[in-house]
Amino acid sequence: MIKQRLFAQKVNFSLLKIAAWINGAALAIIVYFILSRGWRAISWEFLTKPPTDSMTAGGILPCIVGTFLLCLVTILIALPIGVASAIYLNEYAVQGRLVRLIRLGINNLAGVPSIVFGLFGLAFFCIVLKMGVSALAGGLTLGIMTLPVIIGASEEALKSVPQTYREASLAMGATQWQTIYKVVLPAAFPGIITGSILGLSRAAGETAPIMYTGAVFFTPDLPGSIFDEVMALPYHIYVLATAGTEIEQTRHLQYGTALVLIALVFGMNLTAIILRSRLRKKVRT
Amino acid sequence: MEIKMHTRGLDFFYGDFQALYNISIDFGINRVTALIGPSGCGKSTYLRCLNRMNDLIPGIKVAGEVKLDDSEIYDPSLDVVTLRRRVGMVFQKPNPFPKSIFENIAYGLRVNGVKDKSKITQVVEKSLKQAAIWDEVKDRLNESALGLSGGQQQRLCIARALAVDPEVLLMDEPASALDPIATQKIEELITELSSKLTIIIVTHNMQQAARVSDRTAFFYMGKLIEVNDTDTLFTKPDLKQTEDYITGRFG
Amino acid sequence: MRRQDIDKGVQSVFLLVALFSITALSLIMVFLFLEGIPIFETVSVKDFVFGKYWYPTDEPADFGIMPLILGSVYVTLLAGMIAIPLGIMTAIYLAEIASPRVAEIVKPIVELLASMPSVVIGFFGMVVVAPFLQKLFDIPVGLNMFNASLMLAFMAVPTICSISEDAIFSVPTALKEASFALGATHNETIIRVIIPASLSGICTAVILGLSRAIGETMVVLMAAGGAAMLPTSIFDPVRPLPASIAAEMAEAPFGSEHYHALFAIGVVLFVFTFGFNLIADYISHKFRQVGEASL
Repeated sequence: MIKQRLFAQKVNFSLLKIAAWINGAALAIIVYFILSRGWRAISWEFLTKPPTDSMTAGGILPCIVGTFLLCLVTILIALPIGVASAIYLNEYAVQGRLVRLIRLGINNLAGVPSIVFGLFGLAFFCIVLKMGVSALAGGLTLGIMTLPVIIGASEEALKSVPQTYREASLAMGATQWQTIYKVVLPAAFPGIITGSILGLSRAAGETAPIMYTGAVFFTPDLPGSIFDEVMALPYHIYVLATAGTEIEQTRHLQYGTALVLIALVFGMNLTAIILRSRLRKKVRT
Repeated sequence: MEIKMHTRGLDFFYGDFQALYNISIDFGINRVTALIGPSGCGKSTYLRCLNRMNDLIPGIKVAGEVKLDDSEIYDPSLDVVTLRRRVGMVFQKPNPFPKSIFENIAYGLRVNGVKDKSKITQVVEKSLKQAAIWDEVKDRLNESALGLSGGQQQRLCIARALAVDPEVLLMDEPASALDPIATQKIEELITELSSKLTIIIVTHNMQQAARVSDRTAFFYMGKLIEVNDTDTLFTKPDLKQTEDYITGRFG
Repeated sequence: MRRQDIDKGVQSVFLLVALFSITALSLIMVFLFLEGIPIFETVSVKDFVFGKYWYPTDEPADFGIMPLILGSVYVTLLAGMIAIPLGIMTAIYLAEIASPRVAEIVKPIVELLASMPSVVIGFFGMVVVAPFLQKLFDIPVGLNMFNASLMLAFMAVPTICSISEDAIFSVPTALKEASFALGATHNETIIRVIIPASLSGICTAVILGLSRAIGETMVVLMAAGGAAMLPTSIFDPVRPLPASIAAEMAEAPFGSEHYHALFAIGVVLFVFTFGFNLIADYISHKFRQVGEASL
């Protein structure tokens, strides 16, 4: 009887273990294909030259610059609003209907499909606010999409600041804002940065929100400012793979661009993961 | 006895739960008053009413009178920030900020608008000396306060509280997390400080109350059972309940 | 100005900023409806939602999105059949069985999978999985419902896994110990105590995972095949809602019927995910585990 039960346990645990490693296998397979077929495309030229010959040769510099510009606008809008929202929710707000409403807003914003953000950005930023298709409109769209991630991460970081810090500061006659600004925020800063990197990495890889708000197939020159339309890494992959002039002949460019994109995104993620695990160890000691 | 602070008929509620019933105590100027009683008796809650630290908890309600000198501290027109500068607090566990030793002490001055550097340096030194920790830290003022021992951290926190020149100092079991030697230092410090400050200390250690305080108040189940001169309370208490507690025959 | 007054001002500013999220969400709704509703001057709501033909550029045009809705629903359900067991099993493994060292490796893997840009997964489905499926099952096109579902599943797994794991992790130790003390094996404890106790969290995880899958765009745009017809097998190409919007917006002139129809699809999609989120929100609040008593 007990043997049977332990045997069932062994079988079940093996199944669970297999399930867990299927994820690893999926990640490994995807990364393997992108890496093995993409690395040959990578060269100094690829990273520093614009595309040539109707995008069948040359590099991806404008896409890198464009993605950078989009991320810049994203973080400039999402970080201050996100951190301020988290401060309100965690430091000032009294539980009640208003807070419940704000949280409902954040949760639902997090669930809005990326293409719907794109539709909204098109109708609101590009048309109503007359920004046109630009890094600004695309970045703002991505910024709103990233907001819930940054609010969540910042709140978690604020929660991990010991309550005694706040009490000690208030007990000395500091105002609440002085307490937040001088004691709470510095202590929560690493956590907030980690969360922001994660949020930004997601924005960098998104395609649907920028398709009709910020990114275009091709620009002859590098963007001059955030008011220009831009090329972007994720959109470039989509364009080359589905609507390029020579889809089969430019496979290596597609793989190369994909490799650059996941290197960028994974790089940001690994930085954040490592930062966070260091942080946790520090907290423990 | 000249009164620095007092409460009259103080009731305190967490939501529907009444934590304090009708507490009236006078705190003499430049005296040490100890609040004793078993854990959960409301002594810490009472202490936190005196600088409105309980305001941080949602859903609380306070009724009755709490006066500092002649002003009611729960008067809506009274500014809680100014109140907390005048009524300092030292917490149960040492809680230095993750900043340098110097910045920990300077913090209170900075938030209260002092900008003059030489003044700050001067006050930091004076406060650390008052808290009897100057000799131990004077060569490493720029190092993190988190590198100090527990006893040193607590004296640092006392110095930090002294830097803004409070009139009353509330201490919530300031030595409960410390070893006996560090405890002794804190107790000596309390006695010394009492020449300039009104001190109210919560402790569960009756010997400590007997050693450091002039007056002692005994709390039980949210009620004030007895308050008297420390010598009297510990030698011939008025009530049987108090006697049972101080002789250890209790709960 | 006294610093106490500054403090009050600062607090009001923070409140205003905190209202930004709900404002943004409202604006999104307003603009979707504003741009979507005009299509109902041309076609009734009923014909729009239940119409079987989607030929938005024909003369006269057909605006029936049933094939798109079914495309989305089928793809999401199929993805769910893969992602739900995989995600929950991984969560149980991480929370209950894996040693801290193994968990330290598997967790980042799941997180990296979550951070994989959707366009890369769609690309992978297109150039690697599609030819593979074509050969394996001897089918005419590799870009189909099954391919898209498979890719979507791997995008939903991290969501399902991480939220379930939190739920499993927060089951009180006292419950586990009680079960062990009665002579149950770890396996039996997981099945009979831990999973029931964390069920509401797991349900929330599943709903949010499916919500993410139904709204995902690039994967279905690139790997689902894009045919706006009612599928008859899992190897038929489909055109889910987000793929339609993304593929056609470029050709739809601003202010045209087609343009408004695409926004109306956006409304439908928004309603789907909004509904999912409200349900998840309701479950996680209503059945929030309070100590051991809720089992």
